[in-house]
Amino acid sequence: MLDHLRQDAAMSDAISITALRKQYPDKSAPAGVKSAVDGIDLTVASGEIFALLGPNGAGKTTTVEILEGYREPTSGEVRVLGFNPADLGNSASEFRNRIGIVLQSTNDAADLSVQESVRHFSKYYTNPKDPEEVIDAVGLREKAKSKVRSLSGGQRRRLDVALGIIGTPELLFLDEPTTGFDPEARRAFWGLIRTLRDAGTTILLTTHYLDEAEALADRVGVIANGKILEISTPANLGGRNSAKAIVTWNEDGARREVHTDDPTKEVLRLSSRFDGNIPELTVTRPTLEDIYLRMIGGGA
Amino acid sequence: MREIIRIGLLRGALETKQFMRQRESVVFTLAFPVILLFIFGSVFKDNLAPGVTFSQYFVAGMIASGLVNTGFQQLAIMIPMERDFGTIKRLRGTPMSPVSYFIGKSIVVTVTMLAQTVILLAVGAIFFKLNMPSSSSKWLTFLWLIVLGSICSTVLGIAFSSVPKSGRGASAVVSPIVIILQFFSGVFFVFSSLPHWMQQFAAIFPLKWLTQGMRSVFLPDTFAVKEVAKSWEGGRTLAILSAWIIAGTLISLRTFKWSEK
Repeated sequence: MLDHLRQDAAMSDAISITALRKQYPDKSAPAGVKSAVDGIDLTVASGEIFALLGPNGAGKTTTVEILEGYREPTSGEVRVLGFNPADLGNSASEFRNRIGIVLQSTNDAADLSVQESVRHFSKYYTNPKDPEEVIDAVGLREKAKSKVRSLSGGQRRRLDVALGIIGTPELLFLDEPTTGFDPEARRAFWGLIRTLRDAGTTILLTTHYLDEAEALADRVGVIANGKILEISTPANLGGRNSAKAIVTWNEDGARREVHTDDPTKEVLRLSSRFDGNIPELTVTRPTLEDIYLRMIGGGA
Repeated sequence: MREIIRIGLLRGALETKQFMRQRESVVFTLAFPVILLFIFGSVFKDNLAPGVTFSQYFVAGMIASGLVNTGFQQLAIMIPMERDFGTIKRLRGTPMSPVSYFIGKSIVVTVTMLAQTVILLAVGAIFFKLNMPSSSSKWLTFLWLIVLGSICSTVLGIAFSSVPKSGRGASAVVSPIVIILQFFSGVFFVFSSLPHWMQQFAAIFPLKWLTQGMRSVFLPDTFAVKEVAKSWEGGRTLAILSAWIIAGTLISLRTFKWSEK
């Protein structure tokens, strides 16, 4: 019975990782090897948006590239849509037909137009989206006929996303997708990602931007030095939901501050003291960024 | 398999389009040999033998080195650049078969090779009294030299593409090799007048055999006695090109890298 349930759970996981390790030879390290990924366990459910957060060099990209099949793990179990990406054999093309990859910096196809690139890539897949719809979706309609070399950094990134989603992937990998976006483009991009999620796409996202993780992710995993520090929802990460709220106000020309488990009670108390209006009242909880910085500060 | 070929053809069309849009590469690949032809053809006007001018000798050599330029040189520079730009890594993440990628590369090599050969033949015939092959057996030799020569050049270009450490440095690594081989293999100088050690060294590599083969196509058969071996050595050329094709394919299969890491 339990085995049966476990199997069901495994089948609904788009990604499952057990005890994943990736070591590189490193003469300066005591053991002669450096662990880029040092024993990670992680599952991403089908239909979920999962964000992997962590400082540069934490092991995010290595982990993602193992899942994408670019690198082989030193040890550990990896399953992506039921495939072992390190040993695809004859199913390489079938696997890649079902995933979409947006890599970090790419700088290719400068002499093609946006439309030519997107149309060409659509031909690789058995079930592609309409190239024109994808160009619209990533907001490159005005640039459709422009050469890729003439695009700004943010526009290029949107083309990368277009090429990542053109094959109607069940699982989309986004490695720092919004680097170089202006705030407006980032909002538009988030809208696009939500649309994909609503259509059932599973998304694994790595990002530096905490607001991005908070806006998009169902769950976040914080990774530092190749280890997962915590996996949680953005709202609960690092005990954020139960952290003390901070109530601040102005009184006698100075800023006052109280840390409390019950901000409502504090505000009511202040309100009655000030007879209604509390001068410049704010009630805040620690942001995801506060929590994150505390976590990786302790982890580093 | 049909799908692999279909995508390969699409890639070939796309790569050709990209090539044509890079004006520098078009000029460098197609016009530069013609410029060289005019320089050498104008400087060296001597007859090497009755009815054989240096320019005819030189055109034959340039057609042979055209196979090296469009295959080996082009790919050994282009592939490391694509590796740097992330092109290859991105393609690797799609269902596209690696075979399709190489079909595409072969097509862009074939298109540029044919364009260059036709241009050199035309310029040679119009300005330098290059005689078209005089018999069907010479045309046949020309055909297999082009086919084997460009296959050889292509696989060696793919094999060598793993050597340059970066796309930016690739040209600096690859171009000198090609130029030195051209000097050693009887393109810029008459092969039989080169020092013995240079001849021996050049005989290891395909270009020497391609230039000699092209001379057997474009020069009169009476000139064969002026070759180092006193003959065109057609059979040996065939054997050496085939050996390099096998070696190049095996090396490519073992060493080709899909990403920069």
